[in-house]
Amino acid sequence: MKYQAAAQSAKDKRLFPLIMGYFRLKSKQLWAEIKKHRISYLFIAPFCILFLVFYLIPVAMSIGLSFTYYNILEKPRFIGWQNYINLFFADDVFLIALKNTFLFAVITGPIGYFMALFIAWMINDLKPKVRAVMTLIFYAPTISGQAFIIWKYIFSSDSYGLANGWMMKLGVTFKAILWFEDGKYIMPILIVVVLWMSMGTGFLSFIAGLQNVDRSLYEAGYVDGVKNRFQELWFITLPSMKEQLMFGAVMTITASFAIHDQLAALAGFPSVNYAAHTVVSHLIDYGTIRFEMGYASAIATLLFMVMILCNKVVQFFLRKVGT
Amino acid sequence: MALFRRKKRKKPNHSRGGDFISIFILLLLGSFMVLPLILAISNSLKPLEELFVFPPRFFVRNPTLNNFHDVFVLMGSSWVPFSRYIFNTVFITITGTVGHLIIASLCAFALAKHRFPGRKIIFAVIVLALMFSVQVTAIPNYLIMSRIGWLDTYLALIIPAIARPLGLFLMKQFMEQIPDSLLEAGRIDGASEFAVFLKIGMPQVKPAWLTLIIFCFQDLWNLQGSNYIYSEQLKTLPYALSQISAAGISRAGATAAVAVIMMIVPITIFIISQSNIIETMASSGIKE
Repeated sequence: MKYQAAAQSAKDKRLFPLIMGYFRLKSKQLWAEIKKHRISYLFIAPFCILFLVFYLIPVAMSIGLSFTYYNILEKPRFIGWQNYINLFFADDVFLIALKNTFLFAVITGPIGYFMALFIAWMINDLKPKVRAVMTLIFYAPTISGQAFIIWKYIFSSDSYGLANGWMMKLGVTFKAILWFEDGKYIMPILIVVVLWMSMGTGFLSFIAGLQNVDRSLYEAGYVDGVKNRFQELWFITLPSMKEQLMFGAVMTITASFAIHDQLAALAGFPSVNYAAHTVVSHLIDYGTIRFEMGYASAIATLLFMVMILCNKVVQFFLRKVGT
Repeated sequence: MALFRRKKRKKPNHSRGGDFISIFILLLLGSFMVLPLILAISNSLKPLEELFVFPPRFFVRNPTLNNFHDVFVLMGSSWVPFSRYIFNTVFITITGTVGHLIIASLCAFALAKHRFPGRKIIFAVIVLALMFSVQVTAIPNYLIMSRIGWLDTYLALIIPAIARPLGLFLMKQFMEQIPDSLLEAGRIDGASEFAVFLKIGMPQVKPAWLTLIIFCFQDLWNLQGSNYIYSEQLKTLPYALSQISAAGISRAGATAAVAVIMMIVPITIFIISQSNIIETMASSGIKE
């Protein structure tokens, strides 16, 4: 036993300098390599420093602060998992927000994504000039920023609003409907508005991807027995633009979990009975109004985890397209 | 079907009936997209009495510019002049967009064309950053801003936007296409690496410039930023719009006028740069 241990330690002693020597050599090589490319590091430095300070460190801070009680005035106090426990077991509004967020994400995410893909696919058959006009028409709501405020006029709660006025004139209803004050109507209207402006960056990516599919593949597919445009889409078009599909998915998922601005502007913040309260609304409520930074950080951390996880899952399935 | 390409160039698997259906769906969805925007323009031109008629009209009968006039005059007498909000947003947008274009292009060039240790992991982190939205980092950002004393300054709005990962990602993917031989030729001629970037690299990727500009422009142009900015004279145009529209139906005309002012600029830029943006997006894919 003793002998074995001694032999082992002797072996370690011999091995140790060897390993160290190896690493020293490696790190020396690496250092030489880094020194050789110092101009490259100079190129990336401005972006990377800002990116570190305003994107990466905040994510780390958020995770760290989520385990503390912190109200800005006092120093953060470590409280373990308490924030997370409170979120799920003591905060009914958070559960409503979670439900609303998933409802929005599950409905507007996939519908928005497939609508963007579908429209891009149909636009692709048009002549270039017409295609450009159509692209503009579908993308305009997304880039026109605050123009969604017009929906507030369309669904205004009095008879001057477009929806109420027309419905009253046609005799569908006799009393003006309080669109944004009635929990029954808030969600469906907001989903329509979100879909209206859901042709995001992914849409442009799809259009570009479709234009670059190798035309000869379609001829070959025709010979191989592809019968209609849907088979063509599944077996030829989509597999050739997998990378754009991935990019579009990332953009859509990230956006659909972050819905808040449109909701707050249209349904008010906080909305009636929290009917349009999302996780981001809750985060803003605790972070910028109540200044409970630890609690808000726990919400942000959960949001971060859900976004990354969902992206990874969807990417896993997108890899199977056309197989 | 005049809208479609000539028959000989048509794809073989498309029936005529299918073409009709898809045109029909496109027109339907297209009107859903474009009608609210037309309504915004129409509303912004309506005189007061037309905004309050029953039943409400979609199109304006007697167009007037009164609403635009009101926005400037009314807002001017109550708070800071309305032009101040415009200046703030224009200033933030232009500085931020130019800054973003410069440092994102520099970084993208090195990531795409230099072979230095660590570039793969840096790019992987940037792709990961595409997967979460800015709200995740809002609170720590607020704390950082307050620590370095940037709260209530333009910097709090401009600097984080400069390091948006999306622009870097698109620029890097597009720069991969620059032929190495072209850059090598410049280096052999004795140009410094910075000169190679500026004189050879950048002119090759003009479509990507416009793409970065429109995406960054869009973000900043629509930035409310009321979390970081307290002083009324530093607040942005979207913030002013939200204040006007909060007054409800009585300001429907003024709200529509500001909405039109806000949408006309990005839409114009998009029309000018559309073909370049599509060209850039062709290389936007995320590789496995």
